[in-house]
Amino acid sequence: MRLKIITTILFVGLMLFLQTQKTVATQITVSQDGEITSVQDGINQAQPGDTVFVKEGRYVEYDIRINKRITLLGANNAVIDGDNQGFVVVVEADSTVIKNIEVHNSKAGFMDDYAGIVVEGAHNVRIEGTKLVDNFFGIYLAKSKGTVLKNNHITASRKRETNSGNGIHLWYTKDVEILDNYVAGHRDGLYFEFVEGAFIAGNESENNIRYGIHFMYSDHCRYERNTFRDNGGGVAVMYTSNVEIVDNHFADNWGSSAYGMLLKEINRSQITGNTFTNNSVGLYMEASSRNNVQGNEFIQNGWAVQLMANSTDNKFNKNNFVANSFEVSTNSRMNYSNNFDKNYWSQYEGYDLNRDGVGDVPHRPVRLFSILVEKQPQSLLLLRSLLVDLLDAAEKFMPVLTPETLLDSKPQMEPVL
Amino acid sequence: MKTLTILRYQWKDLLRGKWIVGYGLIYLLIADAMIRFGNAGPKAMLSISNIMLLLIPLVGMIYGALYLYQSREFTELLLAQPIDRASLFWGLFGGLAIPLALAFTIGTALPMIYTGMILTANLQSILLILMLGIALTLLFTGLGFWFGLKFFEDRVKGLGFALVSWLFLAVLYDGLVLLAVFTFGDYPIEKPMLAMALANPIDLARITVLLEFDISALMGYTGAVFSRFFGSMMGVSVALSCLMLWLGIPLWRSQRQFEKKDF
Repeated sequence: MRLKIITTILFVGLMLFLQTQKTVATQITVSQDGEITSVQDGINQAQPGDTVFVKEGRYVEYDIRINKRITLLGANNAVIDGDNQGFVVVVEADSTVIKNIEVHNSKAGFMDDYAGIVVEGAHNVRIEGTKLVDNFFGIYLAKSKGTVLKNNHITASRKRETNSGNGIHLWYTKDVEILDNYVAGHRDGLYFEFVEGAFIAGNESENNIRYGIHFMYSDHCRYERNTFRDNGGGVAVMYTSNVEIVDNHFADNWGSSAYGMLLKEINRSQITGNTFTNNSVGLYMEASSRNNVQGNEFIQNGWAVQLMANSTDNKFNKNNFVANSFEVSTNSRMNYSNNFDKNYWSQYEGYDLNRDGVGDVPHRPVRLFSILVEKQPQSLLLLRSLLVDLLDAAEKFMPVLTPETLLDSKPQMEPVL
Repeated sequence: MKTLTILRYQWKDLLRGKWIVGYGLIYLLIADAMIRFGNAGPKAMLSISNIMLLLIPLVGMIYGALYLYQSREFTELLLAQPIDRASLFWGLFGGLAIPLALAFTIGTALPMIYTGMILTANLQSILLILMLGIALTLLFTGLGFWFGLKFFEDRVKGLGFALVSWLFLAVLYDGLVLLAVFTFGDYPIEKPMLAMALANPIDLARITVLLEFDISALMGYTGAVFSRFFGSMMGVSVALSCLMLWLGIPLWRSQRQFEKKDF
């Protein structure tokens, strides 16, 4: 009887001991001079919930598969080098965390979208503080839900669109958060296709070969406080409704088809509080309707707004247009109920006799000269010529070629913001 | 040395005439107003440069010719002295062009200093505007001298020529360029257009202003010729050397004329 009790106690104790053993996650250390020298071996030996800690050093490995829920943690200067052989890290398990690791040199190719870190079919993954250098694609998410990318530094140095991939590539994902990342030198800095409900904030995307952000078929996304600078084509947002674009900064996108932001078939979206500085074209709108463009600043752009005539019912309220070469240009005499109201135009030449801060004569932001330039681009060389100013003044007096209804009836005398 | 003495006399004479002070005051008022209304930003600079492109050629040319006519007796008196004609010419020219340039510089720079714009705005743009203004003053005063000397006996003709050529360079020339663009627009006319623009000093100065303030629009042009020209240092250096040519040739011609002239 006593023996039975003792054995039971011992057995229960052993079970409890084993239980605690299981819940305390172990850390598996990968180092170049230790027992485990390869990251893949470390992952293979780990149990779900474990941490694989990679010590300083260069690990030449590719197609590393994370197929259980682990944390892959890097020490300073822990580099996984794909040696241009294939994918580098492939995440297949939900709730995986990748932190502080460096990933270099994935393979480049035309058949597969090789990438530094691929997350495919895994949800709630967290990738934080990683550094990706010279990968074909940087971080590639496909069919993933609830994933978070934070503080990653992604750079590449390929020169041509054809042999370069995207920095952060999202395809068919939902509720993803992309925060405070830096992307440079890729084809598209950020690429979104069939994404829903993404939140993109505080990122910086510059010097990319094509677009800073390339955004398609992605409803209900919000991006705020991002900076897009000096990208080949600027930023393109297309075929989407209900996007919120707030407090972003679009700057220094120069070129014949470079846009601070290009909107194509964007409906019912909010574009508020953004700054567009020094772009060839600040905001380009094509076939976009019912958008609210409010409280933005357009400073020293070639064309502040290019509004194609197939865009309808957009509202431009309380924006500042300061020292742009052209304020608004369009490609037709017709204006389909786009409404400009209460903006500040630095080219406004009217007066305010009753001193209520609102100009007494309406402002026509489309200059005759912008239509001449549209017809014969070479005449751009005559910008700021006295003759052109005289022609513009005559046209403003009696609009013959410019859209008659495209005007701001309450131009502000002072900047609105 | 003799040039400097003449220059000093000229200077005193100009100040006594008060014209030059008024000219400087005009710039002071305009720059002050522009900075006040344009919030000391790039807009103010653009307005100032627009005024500069309009006013300096007109005043420089008219005043250059007029001054030569006015100081005819003085010139003839000096010619009776043992002074070589070259130093007399440069004395006369410097005595007018330098005060005009100074009036512009001080008139424009003073409001920029006391409004603090010089600290907030882009210093490079300010310097560019001032340098362009000085170059334009020297250039068009030189042109005015040339017209004045060419029609020394017929004042109306000289002044008329100065006025008409200002109108031509400032307005009509651009009209011709625009006409050419719309007539030959289907052909690759970028290079002839650039050449045409370089052939007119006002356009030249205007394009230099464009390079500073409207580069983002210029880079938006679809042709490669413009973007290659404007996107590189070549644009600036070609424009500057053409400006130098424009400065040199009229002065050289008028000096030759002055030396040969039978007063």
